[in-house]
Amino acid sequence: MLMISPRMASGTQEKQYNPSLLNFFIYNPKFGPREGEEEKKILFYHPSEVEKNEKIRNVGLCEAIVQFTRTFCPTKPAKSLHTQKNRQFFHEPEENFWMVMVVRNPMIEKPNKDGKPPTVEYQEEEILDSVYGAVLQQCYSMYKLFNGTFNRAMEAGGVELLTQKLEKFFYRYLQTLHLQTCDLLDVFGGISFFPLDKMTYLKIQSFVNRVEESLSLVKYTAFLYNDQLIWSGLEQEDMRILYKYLTTSLFPRHSEPELAGRDSPLRPEVTGNLLHYGRFLTGPTNLKDPDAKFRFPRIFVNTEDSYEELHLIVYKAMSAAVCFMISASVELGREFCEQLDGLVGPQLTLLASDICEQYNINRRLSGPEKEPQFKFIYFNHMNLAEKSTIHMRKTVSVSLTSVHPDLMKILGDINCDFARVDEDEEIIVKAMTDYWVVGKKSDQRELYVILNQKNANLIEVNEEVKRLCATQFNNIFFLD
Amino acid sequence: MTEEYYLELSENPVQFESASSVNNVFFDEANKQVFAVRSGGATGVVVKGPDDKCSVAFRMDDKGEVKCIKFSLGNKILAVQRTPKSVVLPDKRTLKLLKSQSINVNWYMYCPETTVLLLSTTVQGNVLQPFIFKNGTMSKMSKFEIELPMVPKPAKLSLSERDIAMATIYGQLYVMYLKHHSRTVNSPGAEVVLYHLPREGPCKKAHVLKLNTTGKFALNVVDNLVVVHHQSTQTSLIFDIKLREPDCAVNIHQPVLPARSIHPYRIPLTGPAVAPSQAPVPCELYSSTWSVFQPDIIISASEGYLWYLQVKLRPMLTLLPDKGKLMDFLLRRRDCKMVILSVCSQMLVGGDKGALPVVAVVFDKLNQVYKEYLEAEQAYTVAMESAPSRSSSAHKRPVRTQAVIDQSDMYTHVLSSFTEKKDVSHKFIIAVLMEYIRSLNQFQITVQHYLYELVIKTLVQHNLFYMLHQFLQYHVLSDSKPLACLLLSLESTYPPAHQLSLDMLKRLSTANDEIVEVLLSKQQVLGALRFVRSVGAHDNVSARKFLDAAQQTSDPMLFYTIFRFFEQRNLRLRGNPNFNPGEHCEEHVAYFKQTFGEQALMRPASV
Repeated sequence: MLMISPRMASGTQEKQYNPSLLNFFIYNPKFGPREGEEEKKILFYHPSEVEKNEKIRNVGLCEAIVQFTRTFCPTKPAKSLHTQKNRQFFHEPEENFWMVMVVRNPMIEKPNKDGKPPTVEYQEEEILDSVYGAVLQQCYSMYKLFNGTFNRAMEAGGVELLTQKLEKFFYRYLQTLHLQTCDLLDVFGGISFFPLDKMTYLKIQSFVNRVEESLSLVKYTAFLYNDQLIWSGLEQEDMRILYKYLTTSLFPRHSEPELAGRDSPLRPEVTGNLLHYGRFLTGPTNLKDPDAKFRFPRIFVNTEDSYEELHLIVYKAMSAAVCFMISASVELGREFCEQLDGLVGPQLTLLASDICEQYNINRRLSGPEKEPQFKFIYFNHMNLAEKSTIHMRKTVSVSLTSVHPDLMKILGDINCDFARVDEDEEIIVKAMTDYWVVGKKSDQRELYVILNQKNANLIEVNEEVKRLCATQFNNIFFLD
Repeated sequence: MTEEYYLELSENPVQFESASSVNNVFFDEANKQVFAVRSGGATGVVVKGPDDKCSVAFRMDDKGEVKCIKFSLGNKILAVQRTPKSVVLPDKRTLKLLKSQSINVNWYMYCPETTVLLLSTTVQGNVLQPFIFKNGTMSKMSKFEIELPMVPKPAKLSLSERDIAMATIYGQLYVMYLKHHSRTVNSPGAEVVLYHLPREGPCKKAHVLKLNTTGKFALNVVDNLVVVHHQSTQTSLIFDIKLREPDCAVNIHQPVLPARSIHPYRIPLTGPAVAPSQAPVPCELYSSTWSVFQPDIIISASEGYLWYLQVKLRPMLTLLPDKGKLMDFLLRRRDCKMVILSVCSQMLVGGDKGALPVVAVVFDKLNQVYKEYLEAEQAYTVAMESAPSRSSSAHKRPVRTQAVIDQSDMYTHVLSSFTEKKDVSHKFIIAVLMEYIRSLNQFQITVQHYLYELVIKTLVQHNLFYMLHQFLQYHVLSDSKPLACLLLSLESTYPPAHQLSLDMLKRLSTANDEIVEVLLSKQQVLGALRFVRSVGAHDNVSARKFLDAAQQTSDPMLFYTIFRFFEQRNLRLRGNPNFNPGEHCEEHVAYFKQTFGEQALMRPASV
């Protein structure tokens, strides 16, 4: 399938506005079914300063749209509403609990001569339902990870507790949403796995098993290196959101001490004669501090069945980070933390340097020619494995891409096409800027390649992608 | 308490008439024969050896008190010594002097296994001159001096032959010196000093065994262990010179285990007067009438028994709590296999906290030995292949000792039953299996499929599919066709197993047929065809198979595509789009005509 992408906007004195968050609210229509009680339906509303009646009006509108679209398909009510100025996304994560996100469309402000007010041109087709729909779902998943389900909060403390929790969580969380940089990777919500040889992997297994054995409180363990996952004792869905939290929030906040010099006060001290670099990323910042606090964030996993509340201990030595999860019913204190530090610190330091060494050896063996000259995104729905040579390292604020947003949009479009059918597919797009964009879907895997070859024809592009598959994906079953 | 005894006397001792005023008993160390000489031989000489073949009985004239009596090797010639300076050979034989050495000798000692003769020289007797007999010649080895605990003044004979023994330990000859505690020196007890006597080169003091006590001692060597019997406490100690003490200098050894008595022994009563119900009487152990011979012989002349001393390995399990040390010890013993396997089983069900590091150490020790054997075996095979004509003696096939515990041993005796245990957490079971696989990998030993199967079975049993998925993702479970098939069978309970299986088949690169079958069974006919084309096998596949599969999908467009593909293949290969009768595609052609009309068939190219 060959398509020509729409023309890219190119203005000189024009002003471009990125998509931004207008409203975000959560309501339950059952909470105020009678007239005059509509306000009770609203559990959370951002921005909070919006006038009460407007809130009620907006919620009512969403309710009506959902109700109305239900008549066409009772199981699949509307997911989004497109208007000229904005786009609304609806999500019902738990029965009767609705989350709505309103995003202002990107727009271009064109100056007018003769002192007239500038003309605003909304780009209503520029943002993708799939991307922002996924962002909204992620909002819920993240809330649930740290707070449990809405229903549990209701059971424990009624509407009051739930609204409290929502307020506390979303007030901060919404500030970290960077809607302008959301793209295909948000749709995937994937996990980047650290490439590792079998032997080193087995050593990590051995380490995890030993720690779990000696610290029997530890229920689950996850092991990461270089912000990439190596081992997860959690189930896939829980790991997916925890991984998101770690890599986009926790790790970026703690990256400074590693970059700091040896004499920096941020650098953790070497305790006793055990030379190790282990430190807690959650909980106590300094074990030696007599006033150290031993409070860890709590997370909720397996909410579908066993519904477990756990302490999340994240412990890091050099580039290796380990999450230890312990039942929240256990009180954790100094003694436990010291025990963990003494046991894990030296082992993890050693292991981290082993991994680093092995990784460098493997890289040298595979040679520089294996370094991708291609820009691609790979995703496997089966294990959520994600790989991108388009995205730079994530930072606290933004994830940077090395390609033009228009190309990212094409990738998103192709992904939407793939989502519509079950069959394996291949889509090749010639973008206006001499770029070729190729999307391939084979069974549960998707691959998107961006090629910058001005005069290449369709056959050459096809050959090029084949070559990429042969070098990068020769060990998986990926149909040509 | 029987668990406590780690030494025992052999169950089938050599029995002989006990020593008495009329019966003299002699022992020949070379042939391991006991001579019971009655009345100077007039009423009979009974010779008993380690087996019945060596047993002889005869009479000879009583020509006075017999001081010593021996057979030559093979019982051919009998020699009798009645006076200090003459030896009588009953048949008329002549002896020839082959070589003579002139040395002042205090006493001598001969080791039949290594054919080494040791002479005690000098006034104090502590300079030992060894000779070796080989191929009919006698050669002098370098002499050496035994360090005495104190030098007597004036000089007198201070080294007795009672304190010296020779034995082969781990294939090397050692002169063992029982160095008694000296009151003047502040030493805690007696020692056994081992001097290593190599075939060539000087003799060196190699090991010191600390006895930590004083008194009368006797030495045996059993299964490469030095056994020291202590008479006053009626206990024995064992030493393993290869066992290194962490906090001792390399060649100073402490006993492996606490001192224990030899297992009590009961002598069954025999003779016509004995009623069957009468219990056997306990035998007095460490009796003063015992004589101890190298390497492992204990003789009680008064009771008329010759025993072989034996080491029991099973009690070590409880006596040696350090599993790593225990494993080192057991791996060097002769009949160790079953004991090692029971150590493994035991440590897995013990449920001790912190067991995993110990498990890892034990596995590593086992696999180290296993790997060494595999390497030797491989080197042998390579050598035989490269030069098979050369005499086979040049390449000695490596001996597989009991210490070689392979994967099938572990599987059969330890792991398979362990994974069935209901009272062990599955977490621990999986950790142990992974630890064993890790250890095998560390020694670069190819892991057998049945171990992977065990891992998968355990994971599936506990619904730990995501864990399995991750293991496969990092290729911890190595690719193989059986494993891929096993994964396929899991697809109904865990759908991602399908992808994992296909990936594995792809990597094997010898399983293209299987991949096609898998895809066709999933009705991915087009995918199968694309795959076949990508591996360049599209000219050889059976058209019928694909057409069958396409027809089953009830998708006419798919059938059309597949049908057309094969028509084009026919045209390309044979110049004609029609199917050959041998391809058995008649029904598909009929179906095509029926669905798309006759005119849709490809026409043969008109020439």
